Amino acid sequence: MANLIGLTIEHARAGLIKGDFTASELAIAHISAMEEARSLNCWITETPELALEQAAQSDERRKNGEVGAMEGIPIGIKDLFCTDGVLTTAGSHILDGFKPPYESTVTANLLHAGAVSLGKLNMDEFAMGSSNMTSYYGPVENPWKRRDDPEIKLVPGGSSGGSAAAVAARAVIAATGTDTGGSIRQPASLTGIVGLKPTYGRCSRWGIVAFASSLDQAGPLTRTVKDAAIMLGAMAGYDAKDSTCVDRPVPDYAAALTGDIRGLRVGVPDEYRVEGMPAEIEALWRQGIDWLKAAGAAIVDISLPHTKYALPTYYIVAPAEASSNLARYDGVRYGLRVDGETIQKMYENTRGEGFGAEVKRRILIGTYVLSAGYYDAYYLQAQRVRTRIAKDFRAAWGKVDVVLTPTAPNAAFAQGENMDDPIAMYLNDVFTVPASLAGLPAISVPAGLSSDGLPLGLQLIGRVFDEETVLRAAHVLESAAEFNAVPQFVVG
Amino acid sequence: MGNLIEGRTGDWEVVIGLEIHAQIVSNAKLFSGASAEFGAAPNTHVSLVDAALPGMLPVINDVCVEQAVRAGLALNAKINHRSVFARKNYFYPDLPQGYQISQFELPVVGEGVVEIDLPGNETSKIGIERLHMEQDAGKSLHDQHPSKSYIDLNRSGVALMEIVSKPDMRYAEEAAAYVSKVRSILRYVGSCDGNMQEGSLRVDANVSVRHLGEPLGTRCEIKNINSLRFLRQAIDYEARRQVELIEDGGEVAMETRLFDSSEGTTRTMRSKEEAHDYRYFPDPDLLPVEFTEEYVAKLKGTLPELPDAKKARFMADYGLSPYDAGVLVAERETAGYFETVAQGRDAKQAANWVVSELFGRLNKSSIELSQSPVSAGALGGLIDLMSDNTISGRIAKDVFDEMFETGKAAAEIVEEKGLQQVTDSGAIEGVVDQIIAGNSGQVENYRAGNEKVIGWFVGQVMKATGGKANPQMVNQVLREKLKA
Repeated sequence: MANLIGLTIEHARAGLIKGDFTASELAIAHISAMEEARSLNCWITETPELALEQAAQSDERRKNGEVGAMEGIPIGIKDLFCTDGVLTTAGSHILDGFKPPYESTVTANLLHAGAVSLGKLNMDEFAMGSSNMTSYYGPVENPWKRRDDPEIKLVPGGSSGGSAAAVAARAVIAATGTDTGGSIRQPASLTGIVGLKPTYGRCSRWGIVAFASSLDQAGPLTRTVKDAAIMLGAMAGYDAKDSTCVDRPVPDYAAALTGDIRGLRVGVPDEYRVEGMPAEIEALWRQGIDWLKAAGAAIVDISLPHTKYALPTYYIVAPAEASSNLARYDGVRYGLRVDGETIQKMYENTRGEGFGAEVKRRILIGTYVLSAGYYDAYYLQAQRVRTRIAKDFRAAWGKVDVVLTPTAPNAAFAQGENMDDPIAMYLNDVFTVPASLAGLPAISVPAGLSSDGLPLGLQLIGRVFDEETVLRAAHVLESAAEFNAVPQFVVG
Repeated sequence: MGNLIEGRTGDWEVVIGLEIHAQIVSNAKLFSGASAEFGAAPNTHVSLVDAALPGMLPVINDVCVEQAVRAGLALNAKINHRSVFARKNYFYPDLPQGYQISQFELPVVGEGVVEIDLPGNETSKIGIERLHMEQDAGKSLHDQHPSKSYIDLNRSGVALMEIVSKPDMRYAEEAAAYVSKVRSILRYVGSCDGNMQEGSLRVDANVSVRHLGEPLGTRCEIKNINSLRFLRQAIDYEARRQVELIEDGGEVAMETRLFDSSEGTTRTMRSKEEAHDYRYFPDPDLLPVEFTEEYVAKLKGTLPELPDAKKARFMADYGLSPYDAGVLVAERETAGYFETVAQGRDAKQAANWVVSELFGRLNKSSIELSQSPVSAGALGGLIDLMSDNTISGRIAKDVFDEMFETGKAAAEIVEEKGLQQVTDSGAIEGVVDQIIAGNSGQVENYRAGNEKVIGWFVGQVMKATGGKANPQMVNQVLREKLKA
């Protein structure tokens, strides 16, 4: 039997169809992989028995000729998705022991498409972070190492750090993530894999623990663009239970990967040349432009003038929504409760112990910007700027079809780095946040290595609900980059 | 003006603005599919959304929006074609989300006006500031356990309309009349059942006092008043408290107060310093509520004739007094009942019977009109028996009592008991002759000029005929015979 580790969704599907191996065999191999990769601390909850059960059912379905798009594919689920009967923590102490009696729409869609879930993946607490350092369950280690300094443990990025590390280390074939300001794309960039944030409203948010409702969006983390296309097709779709989910057909995304981008207009926004950006990232961006040009795309210089306000805007809007979304964790109904003499004390004790420092920081910021007397100056102003940022993009779509930028301003950094400097940490999101604020689809594709030998990604941003063009361009970029470097830590 | 409070420093005017929280009639809650029914066992009507489990999202119940728009139309108010749900953030154990989804800057209904009837055939117009939709909270039960509080989330998420008046009321009775009128309108359109006992209509009163012509004083908000009597008590108490406070050299502090129904007083619940900063912001989980003029027009078409129009029609078409018309239109069922009775009959007589006899009996027995043992058709039948002189008005009252007790038709009772009026003049003359013959003393008395004695004779004849003799005929025959 072939080595079952390191397959893509595409190849695993082919093997399953040909009968080279069964879903159960694939699951068993990945359960071992999951155990082997434990040192990375990717997992909060492993569900091997459930995986075997689901794999057996998948094999049964295949016998009956029922084959879904993700049939038999072992995946990991970011622990922000509520999973029926399986511990769901959002990386937080405050959800201790919480086993939802329901399955999020996105994971239900994936299971319905035949996916086999190996378990729940580690993440920054409540998806707040760019390093996976804020998880109550400890940091996740990036399977990549600096070439000259292999002893230093690096972060996989965040908040979907467990997902990214598990996919990069080949412990799973793919994983779900969520992206609020870059939480899929930035870790994908830092771990050398593909991460796609779809258009806001493409995937249902129902059953995903909310961070910032107007920004949160689920998406796939995979090793290839094709896999991202396949998996997104299985995740997306209308859901009446989410009022912000949009009712429009889900196209065959994989069919959009024609390899042909001749005539495609690619925008290069001047404003993304931020101060202090490492030269190698600038160079990689240049390289990406050349690749797309070589493939027949037209490169157009564009301006997105409000880009520089995106980060501060994001760090007002997201914490504001979070401060309200996280109010329900009060110790009354589920999760952690730390008793107190009065209800007020109980709230204080529970939330004081249950939330980590970064979550508290954002609740405080969010509460502040929504307070009487500050609301207009912060929240309302941020909403106005957000409208401008979206307008910038709308204007750009008159001239271009996609926008190419770097995904992150740096490669993976060391665990513990930036921890005392939240602003430096927030700067990790500088390139990913604008698309989030505008609700646009965006993908990170691994495009090269830093001088340290660490992966770097390039980002493509597209029009609302035009994931197809984004994927098509990403696919071409992927082919041109021929990124086949492998992290120092890989399963198998 | 008898509505002012006499103080040591002059007369004080009371200024009242009300917030009515009216539960919207709908099967399901505002943002979840759970039942909105009252009175179920605790925590049995709770969805995952109502309990605010992680990742749960609200989805607007269109029926509730329709109800709010219909209420707005009935309150002669501006309908906003675009409104926005906002989160009102505060912590309380019976508020599982940690915020209430309400409407803040853009409510579904804007300014309107309600005309109310006051004693002495006076009317006054009370402005509506806005009407918005919001979720109700759950219920905390503090009396189930010595040290713990229990929470019932059945009410959590039930749809409410908050109807905010302008500070247009000047005394307690006027405020009560306003609430009655709004309640009546809401019941007409079926947007709220108006049941104050079950809490489906609750009132917060904003009360301040000032010397006439002065700017508005500092107001206090009195929360959660659940009867008209308590509303009057609360306002009267609060206004006097404020007057005394100011006249004693104090200052009214802006605060939230609770009405204590056992004491008839109000007391501080939250001072201004403790007031919540609700941190309202648009709920990112919900899209703005948007609808077209056609939608509004369609809903307008579903409105019934409203109390004001009905009252005017009753006065014009039936010649009713403003008072009778007002009483009859207060409830849609009552008006309908009356119209059935009045159909093809003397409307004033019908109104009299409904307002005095029927309502009197219903009140005495604490029975709702819908449970009345005497149907409108049956009451009409009774009136018909009077009109065709089958029975007298006096007998009719006995028959009505019997109908109320037994639920039988008037004709049946009259037949069974042989209560038909005696209109045979020969029979009446016979009885009169007998009475005259047996009471010569009284006859002389009459003939001596004491005409009042006629009443005594009538009584005797009625007694002898079991009340069935036609009173006019008895009178006539007696006068003729006594003259001789």
